[in-house]
Amino acid sequence: MIQVMSSNTETSKGYNFAYLDEQTKRMIRRALLKALSIPGYQVPFGAREMPLPCGWGTGGIQVTASVIGPADRLKVIDQGADDTTNAISIRRFFKKVAQIVTTEKVDEATVIQTRHRVPETALIEGQILVYQVPQPEPLRGIAPRQIESRKLHAYAEYGAMQVTLYEDVARFGYIARIYEYPVMVNGRHLMSPSPIPKFDNPKMQNNPAIQLFGSGTEKRIYAVPPYTSVRSLDFDDHPFEVQKWKQSCAFCGSGTSYLDEVITDDRGGRMFVCSDTDYCAKRRGAQPGTSEVAGSPAGATAGSSS
Amino acid sequence: MTAAAKVATRRILLDVRGVSKSYGGQVGCLDVSFALYPGEVLGIVGESGSGKSTLLACLAGRLAPDTGSIAYDTKERGLVDILSLSEPERRRLARTDWGIVHQNPRDGIRMDVSAGGNIGERPMSIGARHYGKIRAEAHEWLNKVEIDLARTDDKPRTFSGGMQQRLQIARNLVTRPRLVFMDEPTGGLDVSVQAKLLDVLRGLVHELGIAAIIVTHDLAVVRLLADRLMVMQRGRVIEEGLTDQVLDDPHQPYTQLLVSSVLQV
Amino acid sequence: MAYVAVKGGEQAILNSHKLIAEERRGDPTVPELSLEQIGDQFGLAIDRVMNEGSIYDRRLAALALKQARGDSAEAIFLLRAYRTTLPRIAVSEPIDTTQMTVRRRVSATFKDIPGGQLLGPTYDYTHRLLDFSLAEGGSKECLETPNTELPIDSDLSRVLDILDDENLVEQAVSHHGGKEPFDLTRSPKRLPAGRDQRLQNLARADEGFIVGLAYSIARGYSGSSHPYVAEIRLGELDVEIIPEDLGFPIAIAEVTVTECQMISLFHGSASTPAHFTRGYGLTFGHCERKAISMALVDRALRAREFDEEVRYPAQDEEFVLSHSDGVEATGLISHYKLPHYVDFQADLQLIRKMRAQTAGKQSPSDDR
Repeated sequence: MIQVMSSNTETSKGYNFAYLDEQTKRMIRRALLKALSIPGYQVPFGAREMPLPCGWGTGGIQVTASVIGPADRLKVIDQGADDTTNAISIRRFFKKVAQIVTTEKVDEATVIQTRHRVPETALIEGQILVYQVPQPEPLRGIAPRQIESRKLHAYAEYGAMQVTLYEDVARFGYIARIYEYPVMVNGRHLMSPSPIPKFDNPKMQNNPAIQLFGSGTEKRIYAVPPYTSVRSLDFDDHPFEVQKWKQSCAFCGSGTSYLDEVITDDRGGRMFVCSDTDYCAKRRGAQPGTSEVAGSPAGATAGSSS
Repeated sequence: MTAAAKVATRRILLDVRGVSKSYGGQVGCLDVSFALYPGEVLGIVGESGSGKSTLLACLAGRLAPDTGSIAYDTKERGLVDILSLSEPERRRLARTDWGIVHQNPRDGIRMDVSAGGNIGERPMSIGARHYGKIRAEAHEWLNKVEIDLARTDDKPRTFSGGMQQRLQIARNLVTRPRLVFMDEPTGGLDVSVQAKLLDVLRGLVHELGIAAIIVTHDLAVVRLLADRLMVMQRGRVIEEGLTDQVLDDPHQPYTQLLVSSVLQV
Repeated sequence: MAYVAVKGGEQAILNSHKLIAEERRGDPTVPELSLEQIGDQFGLAIDRVMNEGSIYDRRLAALALKQARGDSAEAIFLLRAYRTTLPRIAVSEPIDTTQMTVRRRVSATFKDIPGGQLLGPTYDYTHRLLDFSLAEGGSKECLETPNTELPIDSDLSRVLDILDDENLVEQAVSHHGGKEPFDLTRSPKRLPAGRDQRLQNLARADEGFIVGLAYSIARGYSGSSHPYVAEIRLGELDVEIIPEDLGFPIAIAEVTVTECQMISLFHGSASTPAHFTRGYGLTFGHCERKAISMALVDRALRAREFDEEVRYPAQDEEFVLSHSDGVEATGLISHYKLPHYVDFQADLQLIRKMRAQTAGKQSPSDDR
């Protein structure tokens, strides 16, 4: 009866499919339905304590566990990549507790759990994108108290949020928010898009896929249903803009994707590569998930990412 | 135009009837009634504990009175009992058609937001989305309250008390409210600073035709600003009338005491 | 270009798990700790882990501590994650601490109390001198405590109930108005919170955090006056359930608990005369520091009830309830170790833009 936590065993004996019991999943699904009915509204839910730390995707994991079925194909990314440690760890978790088929290809996935990125590949109807959210409250910096911030949402009092953008323009001449850039959903609720770069904000607008957001620590779920308006806050005379790079991806040559800056030596050498590994591999016609990257010298430094 | 003439030609803006509020056994204010007309400035004087602050809190919708009614002439629906408004309706009224100037500017302005941002908040909260226009409006108001435009992007915590108070006034008046509540607006300021503030206030109130209710224990403030005066003692209104009449010819012994205890200005 | 995309994260994770297993075991020539040893000889560590892990199971707590190499935060996390998967078969009856088999009972308010003061096991009056005999395998002599002359009352009324006869102390609320108490492990926290939710939160709270808050109260960062320990008692109690088909209570377990009742003077208000107010602490096992701290913070959090101004962190319900949970706090603090490449790249771009702008400005801007 005490066979549980050992990290070496690949067994999931004693656990329900996808870890959560069915009653808990039903509770979460009810919260998800409510969230989809009121786009951008944060629904409190009875988040369970998960075997991963708070802030490491427990909200996203609970959402994924509640919507996933045995026929689904799951993709997990962190910073756009399938091979970052936390993405691997979450994928392993679902392999263990749900014996689920996983994939690194957006086109094959039915459910994609993500931290900090929206895939570059356009999503299609029927896909579900699950965002991990550390802090669901876009007004936290303005009204740290939940009692007040919930009122501001209820009465749609968002003037103070706009003031923060005004302050940026007054100070720098432009809006200096670059990730976790607040959006107005369906013209009604102010929403945090999670800490994705603002580069990804436009992808949320009118997206055919279902976008679900889970915060385990703060016990909140919210959602953007397919084809919903998601507008990034801005001014008429200082319109919203996304990041641009002078460089293109050193591997696939993409000039339109979000780039990671990589330091190549200790003399200031650096290069820019796609943060979305699946997208980059697809453009190069390579198989994602192999340890070798086409176009780069072999000799992977396994282990250095731990 | 005299206050009396205004009264005769206009409809009531705020109609207060029989407002009472007590705390446990202690009386806050008792059976207060009056009518305020657009553009009229009403002073409420009395020493601390006389119930004037309780009354102001009731009028501004921050405190629910035990009995009585407070009707306000809203733009959309005409006279409405503010106690029957829902919380969001009341909050909306408070940030559009009303202004509230607190004694302590810290309670009324955001100390970590620039002066321009403070003034821009109300317009932005009701939909202003053009930075250039918001900023131009902020400049206009800083001018009106005599704050140097070079301070537009400075945070109010670097301002003097008098400047903070003038900023609070600008932040409130930018949406051109029809009614402003002021709670001891000159409290805590030096006499010389008070004079400038009163000067600015008087100019604005007359220029914009704003109605105001000013609670103060300072008779100099009401003499300068108020058309009409109510004197309160132990929760009750004991004397009221045109400001000059009340101050020059007080009837009640308490009012006489109040008037004689300050130097004539 | 000499760059290779970092791969092999999966293997790295597996290797990391092997490494912690190896470090946990340590020198294989030294005998491995048994759960019995941990349970018996590290009893207070077990108690803390059970408290914050919110589950009374000494063996599971010992296992968690062993797996966590003695790190209580990690052990608590393990227990919590296990506990959340367990089914709820029954809900126990409220425990009655007057029915406790008392091993220790002290009061700071009265010298003599009915039933007497009972010092019991405590470090309080040890001089904190290292006992080097323990380093050599400990004392071999038989460690048997002499029996007390007088038998201990089986039904020890609480000290506060004695004061209560004079109506000097606020009435204890024995039942929660027939309502089901709030359960933070099933529902998100709701503000403003009831005392039930606050006490549950405090019972599960990180001991260090609660002790720190209590210390701030003691140093004056709270509205209320000097508190007194009316009573601390430690002992064993039966946990009972009433199975539906039986209709009467049956004992299903025996638990050790520490209970602390604090009182402090309240000056009264227009409607209520001056009286003593209560703060309550209860913990699994022997955790006096936590129980006292919990009682102090409980009282401070009742500020609104007594019309006290909320000025300090310990009085601020939303602040305390939001930050007291050790598992939540540890999670978020350690999440900073996770990759943040994307956000950092965005910050890098921004800071370059800002600096380029500053460098480009020859004269100070007129709008600054």
